[in-house]
Amino acid sequence: MSTIFGIPAPAFYGQLLIGLINGSFYALLSLGLAVIFGLLRVINFAHGAQYMLGAFAAYLLLGYAGIGYWPSLILAPLIVGVTAVVIERTMLSRLYNLDPLYGLLLTFGLALILEGVFRYWFGAAGQPYSPPSQLTGAVNLGFMFMPIYRGWVVVASLIICLSTWLLIEKTRLGAYLRAATENATLVQAFGVNVPRLLTLTYGLGAALAAVAGVLAAPIYQVSPLMGSNLIIIVFAVVVVGGMGSILGAIVTGYMLGVLEGLTKVFYPEASSIVIFVIMAIVLLIRPAGLFGREE
Amino acid sequence: MSNTPLLEVRGLNAWYGESHVLHGVDLDIQEGETVTLLGRNGAGKTTTLRAIMGILRRREGVLRLRGQDLLGLPLHRVAQTGLGYVPEERGIFASLSVAENLMLPPKVAENGMSVEEIYQLFPNLHERRTSQGTKLSGGEQQMLAIARILRTGATVLLLDEPTEGLAPVIVQRIGDVLVALKKRGMTILLVEQNFRFARKVADRFYLMEDGRMVNSFPGHQLDANMDQLHEVLGV
Repeated sequence: MSTIFGIPAPAFYGQLLIGLINGSFYALLSLGLAVIFGLLRVINFAHGAQYMLGAFAAYLLLGYAGIGYWPSLILAPLIVGVTAVVIERTMLSRLYNLDPLYGLLLTFGLALILEGVFRYWFGAAGQPYSPPSQLTGAVNLGFMFMPIYRGWVVVASLIICLSTWLLIEKTRLGAYLRAATENATLVQAFGVNVPRLLTLTYGLGAALAAVAGVLAAPIYQVSPLMGSNLIIIVFAVVVVGGMGSILGAIVTGYMLGVLEGLTKVFYPEASSIVIFVIMAIVLLIRPAGLFGREE
Repeated sequence: MSNTPLLEVRGLNAWYGESHVLHGVDLDIQEGETVTLLGRNGAGKTTTLRAIMGILRRREGVLRLRGQDLLGLPLHRVAQTGLGYVPEERGIFASLSVAENLMLPPKVAENGMSVEEIYQLFPNLHERRTSQGTKLSGGEQQMLAIARILRTGATVLLLDEPTEGLAPVIVQRIGDVLVALKKRGMTILLVEQNFRFARKVADRFYLMEDGRMVNSFPGHQLDANMDQLHEVLGV
């Protein structure tokens, strides 16, 4: 059997794939967090709960309305996005002129409530969600067998991250968003409806989390705490990438996912802390993050 | 000269938090006029512009453009009335290219300058259109800050110290641009410390001190008022 650095090749590629999958979720989630933080200056602690809501929306749409995976991939983010818009309009928008800590506390509270409610309804155990029939089975890549659904997750997350990046870097709406991130008052004085831009941005960030939730449903089980397990790592990713940096969030997400996977191959004991060790080192050497701008 | 001013400011009071910074400011600008606010640092000139624009929110008094009340408008509706703001710090965005900075403010009327006209007026901006906005020199950033408002079709330009910290040759260039804008019928409210620069373009002067208007006179009486100017400006 062939080996890579003394590791059997299938084990190496297997962990590399798991790293890429995890990295896909890290990238999608940290992207949403970065977009929200960049413009709203709110550290959205409800992000994990919104990811969980996306997965549950898909699960409930299937269970109660018979709506399958593909429509859910659009519908669940829409539903979660709309609830986020309501949260922003009725609650979050009242906190912009206060210390950023208030936004953090509000979203943290909301996350606890949402997770509590879903645990009350569904218990802590996970609910199964099957991948769509088109994406079941595995494909032989020559050097390993890859479950088709996992390959799809990597491709889908790449497409979504790239589209979001293009939206922000190349469109007029994105230019408003970037400019408002720097100086919201001036952009509003130019006639741009910045309060509406803030609302849409929060909705978009939450919708990205929900997409990740739907993509995750067939891989991990749908459970009320699926988000809080993941979100701590995602915060570390955002810090390493640089708070508010879009490209930083995406690149760092994949990079740390793969690094975590490879650590599992070479030194499994460290795999659950490697991301936090890197975060500590980055904070010491480059406090603004790998892609962040010093302010 | 018609009797109803284009921009009408009556007894305008404004506050930064608890501190009362404008005390009953009166100011009129007729259509097509260039009016210059003179005064020392801290006299309230920038504050007056920010209060007119609505960036400073806590205001009382009368503030009307073409008879329309501005005090009740949310900030993002003010630009649509035709007010265009060029801030003192220029406000060029680092995360936007020169061209993106130029295209950023939404159009408020159809008769704004076309991008081609703007690039003719400011050839440097065309050359550097793909550069990061803040990589421009100070003078170029000032040109860009003015140019992006010209594209929107705004009819009243609020211009805060456009010559501050710039080399004489650039100051001259900005003066030429303002004269050209006047010829196009643009109404300009200019805040300026440099009254040698301002006298070339201003039809009227207002003199501010401690958040109040203390004098106003037509441009040709600048020399007659020089004693008071020296006293108030401390030059």
